[in-house]
Amino acid sequence: MSADSFLKDNFKKTIRTFINVVPIIVGMLLLTSLVITVFQKQITAGLFGNGDFLDTLLGASAGSIAVGHPLASYLLGGEMLSGGVSLIAVTALLVSWVTVGIAQLPAETLMLGGRFAVYRNIISFIAAIAIAFLTIYTLQFLGLV
Amino acid sequence: MPNTSTKKNYGGWIFLALTLITYALLGLLKPQAATQAFNLFTHVIAQILPVLGLVFLLLLAANLLLEPKRIKRYLGRGSGLKGWSIALSGGVLSIGSIYPWYAMLSELQKKGMRTELIAAFLYSRAIKLPLLPLMIHYFGAVYTLVLCLYLIVFAIINGILVEKLTKQSR
Repeated sequence: MSADSFLKDNFKKTIRTFINVVPIIVGMLLLTSLVITVFQKQITAGLFGNGDFLDTLLGASAGSIAVGHPLASYLLGGEMLSGGVSLIAVTALLVSWVTVGIAQLPAETLMLGGRFAVYRNIISFIAAIAIAFLTIYTLQFLGLV
Repeated sequence: MPNTSTKKNYGGWIFLALTLITYALLGLLKPQAATQAFNLFTHVIAQILPVLGLVFLLLLAANLLLEPKRIKRYLGRGSGLKGWSIALSGGVLSIGSIYPWYAMLSELQKKGMRTELIAAFLYSRAIKLPLLPLMIHYFGAVYTLVLCLYLIVFAIINGILVEKLTKQSR
């Protein structure tokens, strides 16, 4: 394959990938805007706002069961922050979204083994909470939050 | 990049259509809330549009430089620090849906790839290189850097723990 056609092929492939991602981004932005607008009070004062540990646990749980492009977690997390949810809970959501996969558990079990999948997801869930605390404490130590 | 991620995928479009239907329903029931939500959407999309251009360029770079076959060649039965660094960087650089990567890792597992390296590879996928500009946009550069460093450290811890626990229960 010539360099020219290699570049062309990959450019086309990237456009196809991007086209697949665009409706997810737009849809997720629309949905988060809607959720933030309609459920603003519940998000800031209802579900969250019960102390760092419970909020982090809730964030990590939500991220673990969430299905969707990681981009969606950034958008949701950013909007949650604007809505007054703590950075520690948002961090737990971001990390568990991409490290814990309850929805993918059957596929992971089938391909990599049950014990592997279960242990990996449990450890990843605990790690998401640990990372959330460590990240925020580090930023606090650096005087950045 | 796994081929499956570039196949025609209508899931995103269906999701967008369902979201628009939800907006239409909300518009009928609570027109003010629907307008407010749409205004918030236009504000956010205007902010992230320039970042999406950068995301496209990074996706192109990943497509040009990476593919599962290439990563597979270097992961093999490798061990020691080299194995760890390949697993971690492979995970960071891997993009697209998780499922083709499960398949690739399953194949490598059968060929003797260490369990800890598989777990570390999967964990380090949490760092999404093409999406970093967007993460920086939302949460800041220092936050992103600190979080990524912890993700790398925990990818190693995760790998070691998964290996120990799966060995013990065998």
